[in-house]
Amino acid sequence: MSRLITRLQFADPDAAYLTLVEARRGLSLEAAAELDTKLVLILANHIGDIEVLKEAVALAKA
Amino acid sequence: MRHALYTFAYRRSSDQDAGAPVRHPVVVVGAGPVGLATAIDLGQRGVPVVLLDDADRIGEGSRGICWSKRTLEICDRLGVGEKLVAQGVTWKLGRVFSGNELVFSFDLLPESGHKMPAFINLQQFYLEKALCDRVGEIDAIDMRWRNKLVGVEPHNDHVRLKIDTPDGPYTLEAAWLIAADGARSATRDMLGLSFSGVTFEDKFLIADIKMAADFPTERRFWFDPSFHAGQSALMHRQPDNVWRIDLQLGPDADAAEEQKPERVTERLRRMLGDIPFTLEWISVYRFNCRRLDRFVHGRVVFIGDAAHQVSPFGARGANSGIQDAENLAWKLAAVLEGEAGASLIESYERERIQAADENIAHSTRSTDFIAPHSPAERQLRNAVLAMAPKAEFARRMINSGRLSVATVYDTPLSTPDESSFGGSARLGAPVPDAPVLRKDGVASHLLDNVAGEFTLLYVKNGAMPEVPEGVRPICIGEDLIDSDGVLGQRLDATPGAAYLLRPDQHLAARWRHADGAKIAAARRRALGRAG
Repeated sequence: MSRLITRLQFADPDAAYLTLVEARRGLSLEAAAELDTKLVLILANHIGDIEVLKEAVALAKA
Repeated sequence: MRHALYTFAYRRSSDQDAGAPVRHPVVVVGAGPVGLATAIDLGQRGVPVVLLDDADRIGEGSRGICWSKRTLEICDRLGVGEKLVAQGVTWKLGRVFSGNELVFSFDLLPESGHKMPAFINLQQFYLEKALCDRVGEIDAIDMRWRNKLVGVEPHNDHVRLKIDTPDGPYTLEAAWLIAADGARSATRDMLGLSFSGVTFEDKFLIADIKMAADFPTERRFWFDPSFHAGQSALMHRQPDNVWRIDLQLGPDADAAEEQKPERVTERLRRMLGDIPFTLEWISVYRFNCRRLDRFVHGRVVFIGDAAHQVSPFGARGANSGIQDAENLAWKLAAVLEGEAGASLIESYERERIQAADENIAHSTRSTDFIAPHSPAERQLRNAVLAMAPKAEFARRMINSGRLSVATVYDTPLSTPDESSFGGSARLGAPVPDAPVLRKDGVASHLLDNVAGEFTLLYVKNGAMPEVPEGVRPICIGEDLIDSDGVLGQRLDATPGAAYLLRPDQHLAARWRHADGAKIAAARRRALGRAG
């Protein structure tokens, strides 16, 4: 059974997108990739659930 | 391509022969949608208005086409709403495609019981024509075509204006000058006011074309479609078999080259295939998100595009300008009648700067999504699009323009709630419309019965509280019947509840149990006077 939540959880999805896009403003593709990798680690640890993490990896690769 | 649809004659005014400059209470400069709406709203309130425009025609290009529910409600109060809806194309569905695949749909007005639809599409010149016809019916409005404002001299209690005409220049004085002279406002330049903000690099092509096609009446938006690879495209129906096509061209496009009809036709052929069409209007533009720091400069008040500009995604330009007009008109009328002090005009600035900032923020976010600034930003945007078919959260992040809705004013003119209220009504927002039955049994809507003055909606429970002078009472359950129970739901009405509406139909105060003193204090507060 899926534990990964894919429905929208942000009250204001545009504000969430803005936060992410502003974080990479002015960055090269490589610098943005490095930022993303750090974000993945930070958020994966915050979730702290290996099943959710595996499902997220599978969805991203699907 | 078509040129002006309607022309108007210059007429010499007796002011041009006066020995000394004639003083008028209000001069509005610019007879676009915003200037016309301002003049009508003031004129309907009995305020004499001189309306100046440097041209003598309307109808060159479709320009704005999407008119929001709130704009239509305002236009209805100004006497042209039903005409616009009858003439326009009503729509509420939007569809967003990534590549050629549908990834997201939205319904802008999922609930019924509103007189006005979520949106209509109608060429701007038809709206202007309807407003011009309405201006002609109002004696208080003195419309002067080919009167070009060429000099503005501010004084403490008036503005001196120099106006050029085919008969030469003349001078006027205005107790208040309303600058509705558009994005390239000459008034703004003459006062030396800077207009700062962000200019986006991407260029866009607008083509309005005439074709007999049975595409659905929806707003259709594509990211990276096969017919226009790597860019966005928008398609929207207008009356007369005219369709608005908007194609993103990127930052490096050559504006002159891209406007050539053969070049436009070639691009459209890729999109439309063999459907025959003719070109109505072409424009290549870049857009700005910016506003004046202040909208009120002494006796000069800026309104509409002269005060603020946004990108077109979201239909927040002309719609917000017409909402500026409704906000300003009743306040200016109250000041001129001596009901309120000049400080009430400051609340126009506060409330409409809040709206402008909201519009600029939405418009900037949409533009960030549609036209990413760099490969790294495009990568994020494309990831959202790629995830959209698989995850709801990504679909909801897709931003092809968040469409204009009325601002909920966070304003000192509102009296804070003393009890809690549910429902969809919000303090500081336009009161939600609802179906009602009039006393004579005729089916109607709430907003048809709330016409431009302070109004108290009282939910019947014994005798109505004492209603102060200057407030028109409506008893729900007597004057208007909440036949479907919808109004009660939207207001979270309980017996004895009372709702004070401003002259612009915005909710100023509400109580579970009101009395005359509370209502009078709330009215004074909404007029900018100490409670």
